[in-house]
Amino acid sequence: MGRPRLAVFKFASCDGCQLTVLSLEDELLQLAEAVDICYFLEASSRMEPGPYDVALVEGSVSTEEDLQRILEIRQNSRYLVTIGACATAGGIQALRNWGDHAEFLRCVYAKPEYIRSLAHSTPIAAHVPVDFELRGCPISKQQLLEVLAALLAGRRPKTPEHAVCLECKRRLAVCVAVARGVPCLGPVTQAGCGALCPAFGRGCYGCFGPAAQPNLAGLTNHLQAAGMAPRRLVSGLRLFNAAAPAFQQESDRLAALEEAER
Amino acid sequence: MVDQATADEQYLAKADFQVLLDLLAGEGYEVIGPTLGEGAIVYGPLRSVADLPRGWTDEQEAGHYRLVRRNDEAWFGFVVGPQSWKQYLFPPRTRLLTAKCEHGTWKMQPAEEPVPKYAFLGVRACELAALDVQDRVFMHSAFPDPHYVQRRQQALVIAVNCTQAAPTCFCTSMATGPRCRQGFDLALTELAEGFVLEIGSPRGRELAARLPLAPASEQQCRDAADARAQAEQQITRHLATAGLRELLLSNLNHPHWDEVAARCLSCANCTMVCPTCFCSSVEEVSDLLGEQIARERVWDSCFNPQFSYVHGGLVRHNIRSRYRQWLTHKLATWHDQFGTSGCVGCGRCISWCPVGIDLTQEVAGFRAAADRALFDRRPGAGEHAASVSGQGRGPSGLSASRPFLQQPRGEAGRPLPDEAPELGQSDAPGSESPRSTEGR
Repeated sequence: MGRPRLAVFKFASCDGCQLTVLSLEDELLQLAEAVDICYFLEASSRMEPGPYDVALVEGSVSTEEDLQRILEIRQNSRYLVTIGACATAGGIQALRNWGDHAEFLRCVYAKPEYIRSLAHSTPIAAHVPVDFELRGCPISKQQLLEVLAALLAGRRPKTPEHAVCLECKRRLAVCVAVARGVPCLGPVTQAGCGALCPAFGRGCYGCFGPAAQPNLAGLTNHLQAAGMAPRRLVSGLRLFNAAAPAFQQESDRLAALEEAER
Repeated sequence: MVDQATADEQYLAKADFQVLLDLLAGEGYEVIGPTLGEGAIVYGPLRSVADLPRGWTDEQEAGHYRLVRRNDEAWFGFVVGPQSWKQYLFPPRTRLLTAKCEHGTWKMQPAEEPVPKYAFLGVRACELAALDVQDRVFMHSAFPDPHYVQRRQQALVIAVNCTQAAPTCFCTSMATGPRCRQGFDLALTELAEGFVLEIGSPRGRELAARLPLAPASEQQCRDAADARAQAEQQITRHLATAGLRELLLSNLNHPHWDEVAARCLSCANCTMVCPTCFCSSVEEVSDLLGEQIARERVWDSCFNPQFSYVHGGLVRHNIRSRYRQWLTHKLATWHDQFGTSGCVGCGRCISWCPVGIDLTQEVAGFRAAADRALFDRRPGAGEHAASVSGQGRGPSGLSASRPFLQQPRGEAGRPLPDEAPELGQSDAPGSESPRSTEGR
C-alpha cells in the first residue's frame, strides 16, 4: 500500500490556515515523507485527482460553486477534516448572515451583477459530514500535527475542549480580566492557542470558538453588571466565530435585549 | 491567642537583608519570592532585594485584583497573589518520560530533569498550611510522587507573617493564620527598618548563625506583635466550619447548586490558583510517524468537562455537578481523604474567579437555607414560615419555602449522581440530621 494521499482545499477564507501547514517548517519534510501531498494549490501546482485519504478543508461555503465543490470533495475523501474558524463556523464573512446581502453588494462593488455569492456564509459541516474539526483563526500548528499523526496511526485525535483559562494558568499568566478589568472571552472559549492573547496582556477574542458546555450568559451577565453595554458584547461574540451556535445564540439574545431597551 | 515574644527572636536589619539572599545563592539555592509581573505580585527568582515589590500592595475583592502603590516602602505589604508555591513543587507541566521505537521495540526513557533546589522567601501562614496539605497528598500518601518529594525535601522555607489582610482573606476561619506557627525554617515579621526573625528548624538555625543578627529588643518584639495583630484585626471574611462537611453532604440535591451553576463559568480558574488543588492529567504527544513519544503530566481540573470522561461519557456532565464536586471535595470529603480541609482560607479562588463567585457566600447560602428549613419544620411554625417565604427570595437567592433536602447519614462521603432521586421527597418529620446544625 502506498502512502496516504493528502489534499488541501480552500473555500472562502484568508489562506492563513493553509499557511499553517506550510509553517510546519521542522516537520514538513517528515510530513512529505509520511503522506503523498496530491493537491495543495498554495504549495504546488501539482493537481492529482482523487480519491484522497485525508482532505483538509479551509474556508466557508459562500458561493453556489462552493456548494457543488464540497460535495465532490466529500465523495472523493476518506477523512474530511475542516481547518479553522471559517470552515468550522463560517468565519468573519458569516457576519453577513445578519446583514442585507444585496445591499452589501450594491455598496461595495461597482458592478454588483458580476458577484455571485450566497446570502449566507456557512460552515462545511452544514453541507457534508465532517470527520474532525480543527478550530482557530488560524489553527494551531500543534493541533494540526496531532490530527495528522492520529490519522496516520489510525487513532482518534485528541484536542482539548476546555476553556482557554486552563492553558492560561498552566503558563502562569496573570488573568487580564481580574487584574486589569480587560473583557476576556477566555472562560467560554475553547483552548488550543496556548492562551496567546492573555499572555500578552490582551483579552481573548474567542478565535477558537465556544468551549465545551460554555456558560455564555454567565459571562455576559457579569460583564453587563460591570457596566458593559450589550452592543459591545454582541460585537465581541460576533467576530471570528459569529456563526458558532453558542456564540450566535448568545449574541442574538443580547441583540434582542438591546433592541427591547431602545 | 496571645502573641508573645519568644527568647528565640532575633533582628535582621533591612540593610543586611541582601546578605541572606547572597548566602542562599552561595548554598546553591534558587531563591524564589514575590516580585512584580504582569500587573500583579507574582512569584519569581529573586537575586536582589530590589526585585521585591517594595512599596506596592494589592487591592482584592471577589473577581477583582489591582496592584496599587503604597504610601510607604514596605517590602511585604501585600497578601497573596495569583500564583502559589505549588507551581514550583508541582509544576503545571512535568515531563515524565520519552519513548522511542527502534526495530519494532519500544525503549522507555524516564525524564531526567535536574531537581531545582529552591529557597522560598515570603511564604505566608495560609501558604504554609497549603504546603502541608499538598505534602499529605503527594508525600504522605500510599503512593508518594517522586517529583514532588524531591523538590519539597530540598526546599528551604522562609515565611513572612502577614501584617495586613485583604477583604478576601479568611485564614482565621480555617485556623491556618495569619500567624506562621510551623512548617518554616525561618519566619520574618516586617518592621520599618528590619525584620524580627524566628527560627523554626535546625536548618533555619544553621542559616541564622551565619546572618548578621542581633537579639531583638523588647520594643521590636512588641512592634512585631502589633503588626501581626493588625493583620488579624483586618480579617472580615468568615467561613463557618462547624458541621460544614455534614451541611454540604446532606444537601447534594439542593436547588442552590443550580443557582451557583448559573453563574459559574466552569473555567477552572479557582482550581488553578488554589494552592492545594492537585489534579492532573497525563498527555502523550507523538511525532508524525509515531516512532517517538513524550509523556507529560499537566495541571487539570474537575471543572474541565473532559476530566470526568470515562468510557461512555462524562460523569460530571454539567456545571452544577462540577461545582458541587469541587466544593464538596474541598470542604467536606477532603477530610475523609486526607484528614484535613482542602481549604486554607487564602481567598485566591474568590479574587481570581472571573465572575467573582465567593465560596464563603455560597456556604452561607446553604446555611441560611438549612436554618430556615429547620424553622419551617418546627411544630406550629408552618403558617408563619409560609408568610416569611411569601416575601420572596433572601439575599442569597435561595427560596425560603423550599424544604431543605436531606441525605441519610453514613453515605455522606459519596456524592450522588444527578440522576439520584430527590432525597427530600421521602423526608419524614424528625429525619433531619442533628449534625447538620452542629455548632449553630
